[in-house]
Parts: sequence; structure tokens; C-alpha cells
Amino acid sequence: MTTRRTSEQGTSVQKTALRRRKRASSYGVVLMALAALGAVYAVLLAPQSLAQEQEQEQQEPANQSMQVEEGRQLYLNGCSTCHGLDLQGGAGGPSLIGVGASAVVFQVESGRMPLHAGVQQAPRKKPRYSIEEIDALAAYIQANGGGPQLPEGDLTDGDLQLGGALFRTNCASCHNFAGSGGALTYGKYAPELTPASARVVYSAMQHGPESMPRYSDAQLTEEEKKAITRYVRFLAESGDVGGADLGRYGPISEGLVVWVVGITALVGLTLWIGARS
Amino acid sequence: MSLLSKGTDAGAVWVDDRLGSSNFVRRSLNKVFPDHWSFMLGEIALFTFIILLLTGTYLSFFYTPSLTEVVYDGSYVPLKGVTMSQAYASTLDISFDVRGGLIMRQIHHWAALLFMASIVVHLMRVYFTGAFRKPRELNWIIGVALLVLGIAEGFAGYSLPDDLLSGTGARIAYSIALSIPVVGTWTAFLVFGGEYPGVAILDRLYSAHILLLPGLILGLITFHMMMIWYQKHTQFAGPGRTEDNVVGSRLFPTYAAKAGGFFMLVFAVLAALGGLAQINPIWLYGPYDASQVSAGSQPDWYVGFLDGSTRLMPNWEIAGFGYTVPLNVMIPTVVLPGILFTLLALYPFLEARFTGDRDYHNLLDRPRDVPVRTAIGAMSITFYLVLMIAGGNDVIASVFHLDIISMSWVLRVSLFVLPPVAYFVTKRACLALQRSDDELVHHGIESGTIRRLPNGEFVEETVPLPAVYRIALTGVESDRPQLEGATAHGEEGKPKGPGYGDQHVVEGAPERVPGFFRAKRRSGPSDTSAPRPEAAMPELERSGKPAPPEQ
Ligand code: HEC
Ligand code: HEC
Ligand code: HEM
Repeated sequence: MTTRRTSEQGTSVQKTALRRRKRASSYGVVLMALAALGAVYAVLLAPQSLAQEQEQEQQEPANQSMQVEEGRQLYLNGCSTCHGLDLQGGAGGPSLIGVGASAVVFQVESGRMPLHAGVQQAPRKKPRYSIEEIDALAAYIQANGGGPQLPEGDLTDGDLQLGGALFRTNCASCHNFAGSGGALTYGKYAPELTPASARVVYSAMQHGPESMPRYSDAQLTEEEKKAITRYVRFLAESGDVGGADLGRYGPISEGLVVWVVGITALVGLTLWIGARS
Repeated sequence: MSLLSKGTDAGAVWVDDRLGSSNFVRRSLNKVFPDHWSFMLGEIALFTFIILLLTGTYLSFFYTPSLTEVVYDGSYVPLKGVTMSQAYASTLDISFDVRGGLIMRQIHHWAALLFMASIVVHLMRVYFTGAFRKPRELNWIIGVALLVLGIAEGFAGYSLPDDLLSGTGARIAYSIALSIPVVGTWTAFLVFGGEYPGVAILDRLYSAHILLLPGLILGLITFHMMMIWYQKHTQFAGPGRTEDNVVGSRLFPTYAAKAGGFFMLVFAVLAALGGLAQINPIWLYGPYDASQVSAGSQPDWYVGFLDGSTRLMPNWEIAGFGYTVPLNVMIPTVVLPGILFTLLALYPFLEARFTGDRDYHNLLDRPRDVPVRTAIGAMSITFYLVLMIAGGNDVIASVFHLDIISMSWVLRVSLFVLPPVAYFVTKRACLALQRSDDELVHHGIESGTIRRLPNGEFVEETVPLPAVYRIALTGVESDRPQLEGATAHGEEGKPKGPGYGDQHVVEGAPERVPGFFRAKRRSGPSDTSAPRPEAAMPELERSGKPAPPEQ
């Protein structure tokens, strides 16, 4: 591996750790304050924010259960015909118990689910559900069996250079050097990555759909996955240096252009000159 | 006398006053080059080669052929701080930090692809018109050498940036060398200076790419051009054009102006490609790392047929006596190109042997008039195309969502089935075209005027074919009395043998009156019975409009 982690990345890791420690200690302070000094002191100290946090703490479970309930409804309407009324699976699809929220995000946000029957490899489609609905579905499935979840925060908060190197080592063999996709055996293919959102990229690694390997946190740490996600998004968003990218298929499209554009133009010109003499 | 040719004369006088070579200079400037669009295809190769030399020189100012590891600190952010070879880092610098570097790199690479493509198109022109026949076999062989050198030159250049693709290419070259029995290991070690990758290979590729191969190509191109100069260019049959003269425009000024203009057009096309279309984006490939390989790793198109043959080859090996001969590598990458290029180089001799045609030929064939040769050409092109498609099978499968394994099987079958099909279809098509030519020659052009005969029948009047076209179609000047009625096939000195006897149109009429014609005949430089061509040809060369036939 030719890449070293730069100090830039080290500091970003430290920052997240710091943020987490800060958050944990502020909860502790608040609880201690609640216990020791009571409501009056609390009101005096930080009336608004404390009231809000209290409210949130009470609401969170409620919110969550509402979300799970909403997800259950969506699931029963849209998915249960194939995956079974209790996620247990059936003739139409596998069991979803234990697949995790991340698998749902991947499958639904990339439009693969709900599936149209009868395709070998579920193709990417325009997603049927909004982000909120997807989160609800994910929460419902997460609540029934657990499984891998997307981490919180910015999923592209990683080191670009590290991401590039890891992408070339782990992903380019199937998805090509620029994420333009590639063929696998038996008509299967690794799709192009440009349309995949950061959530889909990250969840793809956790979920390992079809013949794509699953990358557990032991294989690629959270930071590494975030770095890869950032690089994949960079590839999708970066403009093209040096002109039209010809689909980023490498020398094949270049050869095609030389024959179809270059030689054709020049032979046309020779015909033109020839006709004028 | 036109102003321009007055200028020519003045120029010749000026040079003559200093060098005393008026005869040679005047003769050279007055040299005649026949006009036909397809004769400009070789020029595309020539001009792209010049552009390759110019852009390559610029790149060599900034490129460092070294595998020494450095930490990249240029403008391309996703690779900042990454350890890489100096070769790769300097190529990144050319792309992002050298003024004009990226466009030079892109024009250079597009020119390399165009160079090879134009060589192939030029080769096809020479083949299908029979321009390789005696006395030009030697120039054909030089051409084949140029083709092979061009492939080697391109491959060396492709390997220089030391990015993921070029490293993969060099590794494959190493295993190809290893696959050769007995001398393989020795050859591979000799070329790479030890085990792959070694430290020597990049230096060697670089000297080969900027010195050895371009030097050889330049030398052979010079030789190629001198041969054309000396032997004169061929021409198609037409009014006043015979085996013994050249009808066209004078080298100076008409031909020079045209060629100069055409150079500008070639350069314009390349500049447009280099400026508008990205090529070889090495920053996306990343530095070479033996543990990485990308989907769709492909060589440049002119090596693609070898990649294809490797992909189609079944996985065979011979093991014994402690050695393994990897037939799966050796047959498609060593044996196959060896056979193909040998056959290509020997084709003029094989054809001559087959037809028994030992004559000089300065007039070109129309492809339809030699159905077997044309069909062999179509067959070879089909074979080559199947291999090329196989070389890109993974990208094609991915773009069109095909199954790569069944695709390989379809291609394997196609490799043996399609070429014969192409052969028969082409031969039929040639014969049909000949027939319609015959129609035209014998019955003339339909005028659209319908006449009613006294007996009530309607007939369409035809107009005889204008002489220019008739001569182009038949190769015969019928206003020469001695040629009339010459319609036989397969006469003495004419193509014989299967297929070549199919020539339908009147050709080779001169043999009807050997005594008269041979006496005047000056077929080529090595015909000792004829006067030295350099001495004799100039009077025969004509310029401008087709001249009246010689008496
Ligand atoms: C028409 C039947 C069908 C419908 C409707 C459907 N699925 Fe699926 N689902 C499948 C099949 C079949 C698979 C397995 C094939 C595959 O992975 O491509 C699958 C796989 C999955 C997986 C991955 C499971 C794993 O173990 O990898 C998830 C997650 C999933 N579906 C979620 C959903 C959700 C959420 C919905 C509703 C929005 C839904 N599906 C609707 C048929 C269906
Ligand atoms: C063995 C080949 C293979 C490797 C290695 C691989 N993938 Fe995939 N990938 C696939 C296949 C196959 C699919 C399609 C899954 C499907 O259709 O359900 C896929 C799908 C994806 C998608 C979804 C694209 C879309 O259309 O939304 C993303 C994102 C993705 N992969 C990212 C990655 C990343 C990042 C890596 C490297 C860490 C990687 N893949 C490594 C084979 C691979
Ligand atoms: C570096 C590559 C090459 C260059 C720069 C080049 C250049 C040229 C040029 C400028 C001409 C005169 C114009 C024309 O007829 O098109 C010519 C003629 C010719 N070339 Fe090439 N050529 C190259 C490769 C080849 C190859 C690969 C072959 C065949 C295998 C070939 C065979 C010939 C022959 C036989 C002629 C004489 C044609 C005639 O007189 O009709 N050349 N070449």
C-alpha cells in the first residue's frame, strides 16, 4: 500500500472523538444537575435548552415507535407480499430478519426494492419512497432483528487520498477504476457508481448485495468506509479534466473514438480534397 | 506559363546558381504525383508521425523515467501525499502543473492511436488496389515492418506513465515473454533486467520509446518515401494513363500546396480531439500497485486483437519434465501474431506465386476486378474484428448487459465461421458489381427517354458511357485501334488461377500485341531491358488534365 494516512485525517478522527466525549459529558452534567439541584436551579441555569432536552428525551422513544409503526405500514403495503407478513420471507423473497437498516437503505434508496418480479439482478430504479419513508422502513426492520446500521453523521467525512487507494484496492476490480461499472459472469454486472448517494455507497459496503462482498468493520473500519464513500462521491461529482470523459471506460472508448471520429473525419477530408481536384 | 510556375523556375534558378543541380531540382519539383483521394491515406500516417515527434519532444522535457519513490505534492488533490514513482508523479505534473502539458499529452496519445489507425487504413488501400504487386513488394515489406514497429512504439509509450494500466500492461508483456519455451525465461530476464518488475525496465522502455523505435521508424519511412520517389506512385486506369506514365499534379506547387493544407487538417483534427476529449486519465487509474487491478483494463486498440485472442483461447497448458508450457498465453500472443504478420509480409509473393503473375504493375486494380484478393482481405478484416471485439468483451458485456461467458462462446464460434462467410459474400458482391459495370460499358447509361418502336414496343434509349468513365471501368483506351476487341481473360502474364480468372472486365490488353507494346514498355526500375527509368520517365510524366493518349 502506497498510501499513508495524513495528519489531516488524524485530526479529523480526533475531532469526532472529542465531539462524542463532549456530548456524553454534557448529558452527565445535566443528569447530575437534575438530581442535585432540582427544577428551580435547572431553570435558572439554562431554562430553554434544558427544557428542550427533557422534551426530546421523552419524545425520542415515542418518535421512534411512531417511525417504526409508519415503517410497518409501508412494509405491509409494499413489501410483505414477497418478504412475508412478519419479515420471515416467503416464495417471493428472502427473510429480512437481521438484515439491518443499512440493507434497507441500500435496496430501497437505490430503487432496487420493491422488486419487479423476474429479473436476475435487481436493477437500479428511481426510488419509490422518500428519504423519510425509507428511514421508517429501515427503523421497522431494524427494530425486528437488528443488524448493520448506517453510522451517524456525515458519511463522506473521510480522507480522500486514503479513499482513492482503498477504492482501487477493493472496488476497482469490479466497478472499474472510475466507478463506471464492469461485467461479472453469468450476465451479472457491477453497476456504475455515479448515481449512488453517499448513503447507498456506504450501505453497499455494509450490506454486500448480490455478488459484492460484505465489508465488515473489521475489514474496513468506519473511517475507511467513509473515506471510500467520499472518493466515490468525488468521482461522481468532479468535473472532467481534459475534455469529455468518453464514459470512463478506458482505452476501449478511446479506440472507438479514433476510428469513428478521427479516421472518419480525415478520410472524409481526403474525399473532399480528392473531389476538388 | 502561370505565375506560380514562373516562381518555381526562379526558385530553381536560385538553387541552381548555388548548387549547380538544376537538372535534379527541376526534375524533382516537376515530379508528378497522381491524384486520388485514397493516395492521401499514407500521408495521414506521415503527418501524424511528425506530430508525434513534436509533441513527444515537448513531453520529454518534463517526464522522468524513474521508479524512485516520491511523495506527490502537486495540484491533484486526491493523490496529494501519496507515495508513487517519479515517473508517475512527473506525468501527473505534466497533466496538472506544466503549462500546456495536458493538451500535449492528450494530442500525443490521440496521435498515437490515429497513427496506427491510419497505417491500417493505408495498408488496406495498398492491399485492395494491388499496389503491392511487382515492383513494389519491397515497399510493402517495409510497410509491414513499420506497422510492427508502430505497435511496439505505442506499447512502450503506454507503459511509461507507470500508472495502474501501464503497469498491468508491462506485467502481461513479462508473462508473454516467459511463456516462450526454452528461451522464455532468459528473454524475459534480458528485457526486464531480472525478475519483474525490476528497476531497469522503465529506463529501457524510455530509450526504446524516444530513441530506438522512432529512429527506426523515421529511417524506414524515409526509405519508404524514397522507394515511392524512385518507383513512382501507381495510378488508376484513366484517359491517357498507362502502365508507362504518371498522370497527376506536379510536386511543386500543386501537390506541395495540397499536402501542406492536408497537414494542417490532420493537425486540426488531432488538436480538436486533444482539446475536447479526455484520453488516458492516469490520475484516475492511480499509481501502479501490484495488488490492484481495475475492471476493463485494456491495452490501446492496436494491441486489442492480442488481448482478444488471449481471452478466447481455452486454458491449455502442457506440463512435463518439470516445465510448463502455457499454451494459453503462448499461442494467442506469440504464435498467432507471428503467423499473421508473416503471412501479411509474404502476401505479395504468395499472390504472385498463386496467379503466376510476374508482370510489372503500375496501374492499380479496382477491388471488384480481383474478387479473390478482395474476398481474402474481407476475410482477414473479419477475423481481426472478431479478435478486437473479444478484447473488449468485458466492457461490451457491461455496457449492453450481456453474459460474458456466452459472449466468449459466440465469439469463439464467430472467429471460425464469420471469415469464410465474409469471403463468399464479398466475392459474390464483386462479381455482381463487375456485371453491372459490364452493363454500363456495353449498353451505356439509361437516358430516361422512352421511345416507341413502330411495332408498338417501348424501349428506353441509352447513351454511351463517356470515355473517361469507360476507360476507368475497363482500363482500356478503345481509341487505340490495336486494343479493340481485346476481351479475353487470363492471357499470358495475366492473373491466372482460381478466382483471379474471374476478372470480368477487359484488362491487360497490351499482351495482345506484345511486339508493339513491349518495345515501348518501361515497367520499372529493375527491368534491365528497359532504359533507366530516372532518365526516361520525366518526359512521360504529365501534369494537370489527362493528356491525350500517347501515340
Ligand atoms: C416482488 C417481490 C419483492 C418485493 C415487493 C420486495 N422485495 Fe425485497 N427482495 C426480493 C427478492 C427476490 C430479494 C432477493 C434478491 C436480491 O437480493 O436481489 C429481495 C431482497 C431484499 C433485501 C436484501 C435481503 C438480503 O438478505 O440481502 C432487502 C433489504 C429487501 N429486499 C427489502 C425490501 C423492502 C424494504 C421492500 C419494500 C419496499 C421489498 N424488499 C419489496 C423480493 C421483493
Ligand atoms: C466482486 C465484485 C464487487 C466488488 C469487489 C465490489 N462491488 Fe459493489 N457491487 C457489486 C455488484 C454485483 C453490485 C450490484 C448489486 C445489486 O445489483 O444488487 C454492486 C453494487 C454496488 C453499489 C450500488 C450501486 C447502485 O447502483 O446504486 C455501490 C455503491 C457499490 N457496489 C460500491 C462498492 C464499493 C464502495 C466497493 C469497494 C469497497 C465495492 N462496491 C466492491 C460488485 C462488487
Ligand atoms: C509509418 C507508417 C507508414 C507511412 C508513414 C507510410 C507512408 C506512405 C505514403 C505517404 C505513401 C504514398 C501515398 C500513398 O500511396 O498513400 C505510401 C505508399 C505506399 N505504402 Fe506506405 N506508409 C506506412 C506504412 C505502410 C504499410 C503498413 C504498408 C503495407 C504493409 C505500406 C505500403 C505502401 C506501399 C506498397 C506504397 C506504394 C503505394 C503505391 O505506389 O501505390 N506502407 N506510404
